[in-house]
Amino acid sequence: MSLAADRTDTTARPAEGPRDLRLAALTKEFATFTAVRSLDLTVPAGTFFALLGPSGCGKTTTLRMVAGLETPTSGTIHLGDRDITWEKPYRRPVNTVFQNYALFPHLDIHENVAFGLRRRGVKDVDQQVQEMLELVELESQARKKPPQMSGGQQQRVALARALINRPEVLLLDEPLGALDLKLRRSMQIEIKRIQEEVGLTFVHVTHDQEEAMTMADTIAVMNGGVIEQMGSPTELYENPQTTFVANFLGQSNLIAGTVASAEGDVVRVDMHGTQVSIPVDRAHTRTGAGWVGIRPEKVLVAPAGEPIDAPGNHMTGGVVTDVSFVGVSTQYLVRMPWGQELMAFEQNTGRRKILRHGAEVDVSWRPEFAFLLPADQDVRAGAFEED
Amino acid sequence: MNVLHRVGRWIGEHLVLAAGVLVLVYMFVPIAVVMLMSFNDNSKSRNVYAFRDFTWHNWANVCQPDGMCEAVLRSVVIGLSATLVATILGTLAAFALVRHRFLGRSSMNTIIFLPMASPEIVMGSSLLALFVSAGFGGRLGMVTIFIAHVMFCLSFVIVTVKARLAGLDGNLEEAAMDLYASESTTFWRVTFPLVFPGIAAAALLSFSLSFDDFIITNLNAGQTVTFPMYVWGVAQRGIPMQVNVIGTIMFLVALAIVVGNMLATRRKQPA
Repeated sequence: MSLAADRTDTTARPAEGPRDLRLAALTKEFATFTAVRSLDLTVPAGTFFALLGPSGCGKTTTLRMVAGLETPTSGTIHLGDRDITWEKPYRRPVNTVFQNYALFPHLDIHENVAFGLRRRGVKDVDQQVQEMLELVELESQARKKPPQMSGGQQQRVALARALINRPEVLLLDEPLGALDLKLRRSMQIEIKRIQEEVGLTFVHVTHDQEEAMTMADTIAVMNGGVIEQMGSPTELYENPQTTFVANFLGQSNLIAGTVASAEGDVVRVDMHGTQVSIPVDRAHTRTGAGWVGIRPEKVLVAPAGEPIDAPGNHMTGGVVTDVSFVGVSTQYLVRMPWGQELMAFEQNTGRRKILRHGAEVDVSWRPEFAFLLPADQDVRAGAFEED
Repeated sequence: MNVLHRVGRWIGEHLVLAAGVLVLVYMFVPIAVVMLMSFNDNSKSRNVYAFRDFTWHNWANVCQPDGMCEAVLRSVVIGLSATLVATILGTLAAFALVRHRFLGRSSMNTIIFLPMASPEIVMGSSLLALFVSAGFGGRLGMVTIFIAHVMFCLSFVIVTVKARLAGLDGNLEEAAMDLYASESTTFWRVTFPLVFPGIAAAALLSFSLSFDDFIITNLNAGQTVTFPMYVWGVAQRGIPMQVNVIGTIMFLVALAIVVGNMLATRRKQPA
């Protein structure tokens, strides 16, 4: 066995601490398709970053290029000032938590976690492994083999095995995909807690928008090999710039309209005969046709003629065509005079009785919640991406 | 109804068990006979297949029959060397077939099975023709037997190792590289330990195939006599009881390997 190769510490740790991860014009072409198209992205050191998108959007390929498991067709990957584009995976201060965990079945938990340290010839391995297993609450399982553990435990071992190396960047490739919903929720909180505790840069790939929003400081929404939009979860949700983001991250009502005027800080849009106003920083087009977007929980519904607690953007003539009671809220479909059905989610506060199917209603929303998207974007983009 | 039910239960509890025991007996009686005969004293009898008296003589004088131990030694030497070479070549071939995409890969996967599927008598005679036309005529012996054995063991090794390798999660090697293991460290720390059971199984299979091959060996052996050829030869005149001793030893060695393997796996996975 080539023990010499085991003992070379190839990942010189920088003195100045964690550094930004920068991808520039990164492209990956496979024989039949382009997985990633000229991607530019900076992940600030110490943040929890999520790459969110449907399957096949190029997010996993991007992650694998950062890990060194895939070579880019063109473009560069930098960690601080260091160009790691062509570095071997074992020479990068980057570790990965794989989707299927990829635990070594012939080694026990202790040795799985110790693997990276041993390869780098670190001293006091046992002590560090012990501490890491305590962090993920598996210290009593150290001598078990991976196949003897549950999915959630294996997931924590995979996390510990990567984290123990204190990588500058930790990559998580849909690490919670195989867990059931309840366990997934608690692991999300757990991983977020660990990230805050260790202060490393985490890059998390997922197709689950709720997971991305729960965990990440910054989300980049990917579609077709490019980044559609990047920002904090609230920014993305409240002010989407594309129909894909509006539909993929939560749900949106998108209503066709035409810009009537754009003056000062308000854009006024004619929407099937009603004028609605949209703040200029939420209007992503200033002229011609566009999609007026409003999130379902921002849409207020009241029986026809009754006052609604929202100034402006008032529309009449709606009919309730569907009522779904889901406990915390009630989800209505309201058919508007121009034929479109709008979604409206209402908290079950008990303030008013639940509206019945066929009820005539008025609809309203606060202008500051609406957004305007260019009409040339596909209104259905991202709408039916299920996991 | 109740009676039928009880009869059914009785059959379930007793007859199935009895049938199972019978099958086991059927399988192991020949081995038991070999073991028993290894203690047979047939010096006063003309019928060599009848058990007369118990004796340690056969065990104490294993090499008494002319040429038998030499034949056993020859078979062991050929078996070990053919196993070594076939296992190494076959393992490399299996890696190539599983890990690399190349022209003719899928047809290779089919062709691999041909030596296993063709009758030994055909393989043996065509090999003989090949050896003779290659100028080995008159020099047939250990070398030609060795070449023949490597040939027919190869397919089995490739198929066995390939199956193990195909079941190996490719992510494991990526994970090792991600955790600072170089290509060679990844191979020796992760790939090899995980594929090793397949390689070991292939080696055991190769040895037993080689050790007991008669047809191909007989055609390509020239004047050299292996153990199966020896037994075949003496069977015409009456088998010396020491052959049973060799048979028993072979059985015990195989048993020891199986039991040792079982114990090793059990120790690795405590309940």
